Amino acid sequence: MTATLSVRNLRVEIPTRHGVLTAIDDLSFDIAPGEVLGVVGESGAGKSITGSAIIGLLDPPGRIAGGEILLGGERIDNLAPPAMRRVRGKRIGMIFQDPLTSLNPLYRVGDQLTQTILTHEKMTARAALDKAERLLVEVGIPAAGARLSSYPHQFSGGMRQRVVIALALAADPELVVADEPTTALDVSVQAQVISLLKRLCKDRGASVMLITHDMGVIAETADRVCVLYAGRLAEIGKVRDVVKHPQHPYTHGLMTAIPSLKGDPDARLEQIPGSMPRLGAIPEGCAFNPRCGFRFERCRAERPAAYPTSRSEASCFLLDAAGAAPPPETAAAARAAGIEVRAGAPTGADA
Amino acid sequence: MSAAETRTARPAISPPDTAPLVEIEGLGRVFDLSKRWLNRVLDGSGKVMLTAVDGVSLSIERGGTYALVGESGSGKSTIAKMVVGLLPPTSGSVHIAGADIWAERGLARQRQLHRRIQMIFQDPYASLNPRWRVGSILAEPIKAFGLAADAAAREARVGELLSLVGLDPRDSAKFPHEFSGGQRQRIAIARALASEPEFIVCDEPTSALDVSVQAQVLNLLRDLQQRLGLTYLFISHNLAVVRHMATRVGVLYLGRLVEEAPARELFAAPKHPYTKMLLDAVPDIGMEGVERPSIAGEIPNPINPPSGCHFHPRCPHVMPQCRTVVPPSYAVGDAKVLCHLYDGTDHAGTARSAP
Ligand SMILES: Nc1ncnc2c1ncn2[C@@H]1O[C@H](COP(=O)(O)OP(=O)(O)OP(=O)(O)O)[C@@H](O)[C@H]1O
Ligand SMILES: Nc1ncnc2c1ncn2[C@@H]1O[C@H](COP(=O)(O)OP(=O)(O)OP(=O)(O)O)[C@@H](O)[C@H]1O
Ligand SMILES: [Mg+2]
Ligand SMILES: [Mg+2]
Repeated sequence: MTATLSVRNLRVEIPTRHGVLTAIDDLSFDIAPGEVLGVVGESGAGKSITGSAIIGLLDPPGRIAGGEILLGGERIDNLAPPAMRRVRGKRIGMIFQDPLTSLNPLYRVGDQLTQTILTHEKMTARAALDKAERLLVEVGIPAAGARLSSYPHQFSGGMRQRVVIALALAADPELVVADEPTTALDVSVQAQVISLLKRLCKDRGASVMLITHDMGVIAETADRVCVLYAGRLAEIGKVRDVVKHPQHPYTHGLMTAIPSLKGDPDARLEQIPGSMPRLGAIPEGCAFNPRCGFRFERCRAERPAAYPTSRSEASCFLLDAAGAAPPPETAAAARAAGIEVRAGAPTGADA
Repeated sequence: MSAAETRTARPAISPPDTAPLVEIEGLGRVFDLSKRWLNRVLDGSGKVMLTAVDGVSLSIERGGTYALVGESGSGKSTIAKMVVGLLPPTSGSVHIAGADIWAERGLARQRQLHRRIQMIFQDPYASLNPRWRVGSILAEPIKAFGLAADAAAREARVGELLSLVGLDPRDSAKFPHEFSGGQRQRIAIARALASEPEFIVCDEPTSALDVSVQAQVLNLLRDLQQRLGLTYLFISHNLAVVRHMATRVGVLYLGRLVEEAPARELFAAPKHPYTKMLLDAVPDIGMEGVERPSIAGEIPNPINPPSGCHFHPRCPHVMPQCRTVVPPSYAVGDAKVLCHLYDGTDHAGTARSAP
């Protein structure tokens, strides 16, 4: 089956006065039909830039400098702006953090919905209005018919974000890119909005790329998760595997750093020393190596590829079955942390 | 760290050590959102009052961490500001170590009180003066409260504070923008510690930080509490963070403290239907694949809150009296709950059966 979205070796550069920064470096992933892929990472990891590159809305001077983006098997990264505009809205729906960036404050909600529907579908204005009302009912807006003539500011934050979801789904897209769709919302409303988004996309068979820094949201919503670090892929795999058995030392650190509602509340949180490097100062070799407790010689010199493990795929030399072995103490410590060390092991098997 | 230890050993002022350090009684704050009276007369609009905090009472043990949780607009920051002396309450009182911070007369006494209470804010950048070097930022309270004999002692203390929060004493020559978000929050913590307080109010101290950095700051706050015997009022909307930090938790809903309990008890056996709903709503990494019951409704308008129990329009266990009568505080074990379900009569088939 063709992937709904396929990102191949994506490279995004931002020319600045101090030289060209590489914001996304050799990033590849697929989203299968109907799948929810979570994209997580710290602030500045490149989550939003990845999303913008896919929908063809990179802020200049940012540019795609390499790789391909395919939607349903067809390249969309090289489309001319008018063609890309048609893809956006029709085949890809978008949801951003601040609902007010997607809604025009000067137009009634009903008008915005019908406009979007009519741009992408041939039908009468009457039929479009009916569809708009059905969409508002579906996203759980009470008294939807009456609310069609309301302006965005007359809705609460949670309701506005539901209107945005309705807008993103108006043209029945194949893919929805949602960038921090609930970060501006209250905790009690977050869960509502996320489960609504998930349900509606499932009903329609649409795939979702869900960008967030909230691992809790990902854990409960996504099928697979892609962890970014300094614009590069750290780990990608099924949510359960990545949360319970992280294979990249960064993902491992991240999971133990997050306080949870389960487990011992008095246990000390594991902490990763330091912070993510700025784009202009990404270290040689593996970008994570200065903060990594399992670093060995190779990590400073070369860049790891994504290596498969029995569960996820992760960009770490400990997992490279064809690579040199780390010092025995490092290997033992990594194994104790649950990492399937394969480097230097002739069988590649992990006890 | 001997200097820090001797500071901890400072004898407490009036009451014995076993009394709570902070006692808040019937605290309330009403904001007047009406237009100026002339405009009101001209366009015939009435007075608009918003009750941000409504009769909140709580006390905080020495060396304890009291966490306030609640949705946006529930009144967490308003309470924090009244507790540190930044915003006068419209009713009620705040006592710290026996002294009423809003009734204290005399500038000298007030300054002494303010030295002992400090606050850390959500945005570490906005709260640090960008034009001052870190050294000056930290030296300012030391100077203001006369806590060092001379410039050399002050400089030594600045270095000590920086080491205490895990930064390098040489960082004192840098400006705030030269630091990452987590490092800036460390500077804000160091500044709060500079006046040698006993009590620190932390308003969403890690909400602007990434998880890997959040863990650094939370660990630091816990270490400092153990080393210096600090007492915290800790505000967060992140329940997993609260569970990790708090000894006691208060849940706010539209300005009212609807439940109050030791942290373990609150998370293991929440009593108020709102607390249960909040705990059910939080996405958590420990809970992947869990189907959640969908939550009804959103936080209502605080200008015109629902009558009786504010939560009744969203409550799955609503009873007739909930719509008209404000529930009093019922003691249930170590918890206090503002909910008619706990009035002692048997409400068959309701939430009582849950915990
Ligand atoms: N116009 C620009 N010039 C220079 N750097 C830029 C520009 N736009 C983005 N960046 C950098 O690109 C990197 C990735 O940014 P991006 O917005 O994708 O991060 P993110 O993962 O979405 O973070 P957040 O969680 O904060 O939203 C950041 O380091 C950012 O500073
Ligand atoms: N200076 C003010 N003037 C008028 N209303 C105010 C003022 N400060 C706060 N409020 C109102 O008081 C209520 C409580 O606000 P507060 O800032 O305490 O909430 P909070 O619980 O800290 O929320 P958040 O999680 O969003 O920080 C809100 O409805 C707010 O709009
Ligand atoms: Mg972003
Ligand atoms: Mg606040």
